[in-house]
Amino acid sequence: MAQVSLRKIVKEYEGGVQAVKGIDLEIADHEFVVLVGPSGCGKSTTLRMIAGLEEISGGEIDIGGAVVNDVPPRDRDIAMVFQNYALYPHMSVRENMAFGLMLRKFPKAEIDRRVNEAARILDIGVLLDRKPKALSGGQRQRVAMGRAIVRDPKVFLFDEPLSNLDAKLRVQMRTEIKKVHQTVRTTTIYVTHDQVEAMTLADRVVVMNHGVIEQVGPPQELYHHPRTRFVAGFIGSPAMNFIPAKVEARGAGLVLLLPQGTELAVPEHRVARYQPYAGKSVTFGIRPEHLTDTQNVNKPHVAFLTLTPEVIEPMGMETLAHIKLEGAEVCARLDPLVEAAPGVPLPLAADMNNMHLIDDATGLVI
Amino acid sequence: MSATARPSEMVPGLGRRVGSLRSERRWALWTAYISLIIAAIVMLAPPLYMLLTSIKTSAEIANLEGNPWLVLAPTWENYAAIIGNPMFRGFFYNSIILTVCVVVITMVISVLAAFALARMKFFGSQVLATGVFLTYLVPDTLLFIPLYQIVGGLGLLNSIWGLVLVYPTLTVPFCTWIMIGYFASIPKELDEAALIDGANWMQMLTKIFIPVALPGIIAATIFAFTVSWAAFVYPTAFITRPDEMPLTIGVVSQLIRGDTFAWGQLMAGALIAALPPVVVYAFLMDYYIAGLTAGATKG
Repeated sequence: MAQVSLRKIVKEYEGGVQAVKGIDLEIADHEFVVLVGPSGCGKSTTLRMIAGLEEISGGEIDIGGAVVNDVPPRDRDIAMVFQNYALYPHMSVRENMAFGLMLRKFPKAEIDRRVNEAARILDIGVLLDRKPKALSGGQRQRVAMGRAIVRDPKVFLFDEPLSNLDAKLRVQMRTEIKKVHQTVRTTTIYVTHDQVEAMTLADRVVVMNHGVIEQVGPPQELYHHPRTRFVAGFIGSPAMNFIPAKVEARGAGLVLLLPQGTELAVPEHRVARYQPYAGKSVTFGIRPEHLTDTQNVNKPHVAFLTLTPEVIEPMGMETLAHIKLEGAEVCARLDPLVEAAPGVPLPLAADMNNMHLIDDATGLVI
Repeated sequence: MSATARPSEMVPGLGRRVGSLRSERRWALWTAYISLIIAAIVMLAPPLYMLLTSIKTSAEIANLEGNPWLVLAPTWENYAAIIGNPMFRGFFYNSIILTVCVVVITMVISVLAAFALARMKFFGSQVLATGVFLTYLVPDTLLFIPLYQIVGGLGLLNSIWGLVLVYPTLTVPFCTWIMIGYFASIPKELDEAALIDGANWMQMLTKIFIPVALPGIIAATIFAFTVSWAAFVYPTAFITRPDEMPLTIGVVSQLIRGDTFAWGQLMAGALIAALPPVVVYAFLMDYYIAGLTAGATKG
């Protein structure tokens, strides 16, 4: 087990295209860090550089106190789980798991002990003599994890390991991965484009975009205190609503003027923070769960507005109302018992305590 | 869909009735069967004629009256004469030595070359891979004159070892090409997993690639076997001593004396010579097809 440090890591391809643009990241021992971001953001490239599968164009990678820039993958003491499992098709599950230990010339008794222990943790004991083709997708992914566990490496690397599984199995395997980490406590770096996976698994989430780190923090911090518009929009499902607005002074306070003319009062404790933006155009960000129906709303700093939904989506435990505004698509989360219909004006409550204001020029949350 | 065409209805623009799936399939099957029967007759007539000739006496072969497709007095005398002839056994032995050596040399070179070209990205690897295939397109009828000079210079004329040296020029390029395609169809994550598991390049080749690519390797082996077993131009050019001749030219050169053809023995010898490839194909045909079509579809 070990710390991992990335210092000014750059990956530049032929033609000068930079996939990773000088990122810094410190990962503590035993930590579970998830790199998340859209396709092409550089998350997988970063993971592959840590694994030694991609050359580093600049910067330093340090695993367990040693710089490993020029160390081949086999000597980095890492184990990796791939999206498509990458099991050796001609070997049984047992042989797949034992392969790395055999190459490292471990005694047979020790190999058997480790394989059996990993099989117990992952509940794949009965599959040990099967070939990969005789396994389901979920079982294959367990074997791939078993192959990583038996090595007892300093760091686990996961490259979108659940992307090939169906939705139900993905949720199940997510729990399995979390359980395994709670059991073996190995430092883990996990790459995904699924923000739900990132939120549920990570001790800390690293949000990447266009080759840079947008924000690093615990899931709840990223959710409630995003630093940029990108993070605010990427984390959370359904995504945060972004509505063009204008900050206007009203007496000692401030209001947000929405495109259709609605005014939403800014809570007093935020007035000082937003005062410099009085008279300016900004983006008003609010999550769907903070734009709700008006039933049972008795919190302070709630602003009321009436909007007309275009589409109503009953989800069972909640109902989503999709509303088209000038320059924005807005989603509101309603109690399933609320009667809402497309084209019928719907009174809504915006919880302004959880509002976000984004500077359009910088893309930063104010 | 508001309108559906029933089988008996005319289809606008097509000018014919819409056939049911069953009748269209029946037509396709008929066409396929007729084509296959014609192809089978064309393909099987020569070997059948060889077989019939090989079990006829010389007198019956020489008798031009009567139906040549009928055997009046079947005999094994031609086979007995061929198998009992020590020279023929020598040709067979030479062919086996030659083929085994060529197959081994070919497979060692092409597996290593294909692995390097398919997986170890290095400067010029793509050009080299294409170049390897282009050399296969140069026919042996063009190469045998310069190769004669080379083999002669090495003092290997009239020796099967000269053939062992030159046959790989026929087999290595194509086998390497087959293996490049096969290795390229193996997911890249397998080598990455092996690298992380601690394998070096040679271990990756021997423990992962060769077992996974076995159908491709068998396909390439069959190709090398067939080419070296059946090669005719090079031995004709390089070998004149009977004791060094392989089957292909041995049978022809020893059983045709001027304008005298020992047809019965020629046919018996040719059929015996064809037996090893038939046996190899019969047992390994599935692997051969799997190897040649690897990567053709998403696996």
